[in-house]
Amino acid sequence: MKILLAKPGLDGHDVGVKVLAHGLIDAGFQVVYTGLRKTIEEIADIAVHNKVDIIGMSILSGTHLILAQKMKEVLQERKLNIPWFVGGNIPAKDIEELKIIGASQAFSTGSKVAEVVAYFNTIKITA
Amino acid sequence: MSDTKTNSIKGKTAKELNVKPIFLESGLEVNPIYTAAEIKDSGIKYEMPGEYPFTRGIHPAMYRNQPFTIRQYAGFASPEETNERFQFLIKNGQSGLNVAFDLPTQCGLDSDDPKAFGEVGRVGMSIDTLADFEIAFENIDLDKITVSLTINGTAIILIAMYIAMAEKAGYDISKLRGTAQNDILKEFIGRGTWIFPVDKSVKLVVDTIEYCAQHVPKYSPVSVCGYHIRESGANPIQEMAYAFCIAKAYTDGALERGISIDDFASRLSFNFDIYGNLFEQVAKFRGGRRLWAKIIREEYHAKKDSSCWLRMIAGGGGGGLTKEQPENNIVRSAYYALISALSGTQTMALCSYDEAYTIPTEHSAEISLRTMQIMIHEMGICDTVDPLGGSYYVESLTDKFEEEIKKEMKTVEKWDGIINAVATGKIQESVSKQAYVREMGVQTGKIPKVGVNIFTREEEAKDVEFHPYDPKTADTQIEKLNKIKAARNDAKVMDCLGAVKQDALNNKNLMPSIITAVKEYCTVGEIVTVMKEVYGEFKEPIFF
Repeated sequence: MKILLAKPGLDGHDVGVKVLAHGLIDAGFQVVYTGLRKTIEEIADIAVHNKVDIIGMSILSGTHLILAQKMKEVLQERKLNIPWFVGGNIPAKDIEELKIIGASQAFSTGSKVAEVVAYFNTIKITA
Repeated sequence: MSDTKTNSIKGKTAKELNVKPIFLESGLEVNPIYTAAEIKDSGIKYEMPGEYPFTRGIHPAMYRNQPFTIRQYAGFASPEETNERFQFLIKNGQSGLNVAFDLPTQCGLDSDDPKAFGEVGRVGMSIDTLADFEIAFENIDLDKITVSLTINGTAIILIAMYIAMAEKAGYDISKLRGTAQNDILKEFIGRGTWIFPVDKSVKLVVDTIEYCAQHVPKYSPVSVCGYHIRESGANPIQEMAYAFCIAKAYTDGALERGISIDDFASRLSFNFDIYGNLFEQVAKFRGGRRLWAKIIREEYHAKKDSSCWLRMIAGGGGGGLTKEQPENNIVRSAYYALISALSGTQTMALCSYDEAYTIPTEHSAEISLRTMQIMIHEMGICDTVDPLGGSYYVESLTDKFEEEIKKEMKTVEKWDGIINAVATGKIQESVSKQAYVREMGVQTGKIPKVGVNIFTREEEAKDVEFHPYDPKTADTQIEKLNKIKAARNDAKVMDCLGAVKQDALNNKNLMPSIITAVKEYCTVGEIVTVMKEVYGEFKEPIFF
């Protein structure tokens, strides 16, 4: 299973997303990382190009709802059926909201790497 | 007992005492017992505070004369709010403020740029043109307040705005004080608000140093940040070593322009991080301070003592605080404050205990302030200089740190210097791997963390909270920008932008043409755009 980890928007805090990248690789997943400050359109391009199974967005600046909405629109426009999730500074009340927008899961700061890995193990796509 | 006899009593290693070995985060092994024998070769016995190489502090009487400065961070959304805050501070007898900027300002985008959507005024003040600075500082006596601009990628433009604003208001800029963070190299390692390629980015920092040395000599144009490098995963040795390599890169650039070391070295300052082992941190600062003094005197031949001073803000790092049992963070922060004072810091700041998950309340911010005040007024921390000086353990560790930081700096040289190490992602890669190892150490319990993996208790999950964000902030800011664009002289704006571009092409110092441009209300985005046409943009090496 191939996971794209992405940094949308202008937020440059990437310690968490890189820790997760290492953790997912150690757990046997394939990981592609976009680098900082990508637009949602660029993230969709990278996802298609790398044929990833799922997209994860790391957002710590508080713009997660705006960027999630955009992700939903871009994927719809391009008729892409790639599941996506969000991690970062996410207040509890926004987790439900993100799921309503279309995120398959949302992880707030303080989530353990093992929890995220367990989540991916449950949804593992068998090729 | 004679000195000779004392010196002959050797300390004991873990092996000799048959106890478990202990290693510091930096990798150094700690002996269970240290004695005078370990420091007999050290010159510390003959060293006084305020004297080169300043291991014991940069001033002779340190806090006995004046305690460290307390400077807490604060962010406000609009220039209008910032102005209100300044008025309030001055009324309450305070004299300094750290100004935070929103991400579009930090990344060189105007408020109406599509990429800025949702970000305007969110994490700090939004600046499009000089008009925003003029609003923020209206009716503020710049002689009475020192302003610290937390800005990096667009620092040259914002420093230019600060100078332009002061000039327009009739101040003598040769007396103008203030500071800017302006440490772009650490942005490539952590925080990520870079814009231009690494070498061009360094050139711009050097432009500000050169311009300030010649025209605004009391302004501190750069604060080199080990802090963010450590928060990104570096160990304490690397924090100091990378910061020193960065400071040397700016210094080399300034010297190449023909400025004398004594004309700018004393205006360089540092921002460091505190969390982890108490003695390791104190040794880090004492050893680091001695090494920096030696670098400036022995390698750069500075004559003035003040050029050799490691002036620093050393504050409690967010990296040490926990979301679990957050009240424990009050205790942690008090220890961090103690470490900072025992290390001879010039300025101190602490994170609030609830900062890991929420907006610090007025109450929690007050606790941070009181923590530092209790230490100053009740603990006798200011009574005598360098109270840990002479401790066998601390002095031995201080010597080790000086040595190890030097070694780590050599490693960077092997990577063809800090500019190359950053451009190729070498440092980012090693730091990020360490962050992972450390995080897994905490998550699996290998690294003990009270309330997280030992002495835990069932507690309600704490929610994350943000400053309420009003989307109207962006609309108001864009409206203001449109009005200014309509009122300014378009021909002059084009001329000014052309001049910035021409100076960039001719590899001239950009400060003069940017100061002229901001006076004509050219926007941050417009200036960054012409600079990008010449310099291009940084291509991030993808590492994790």
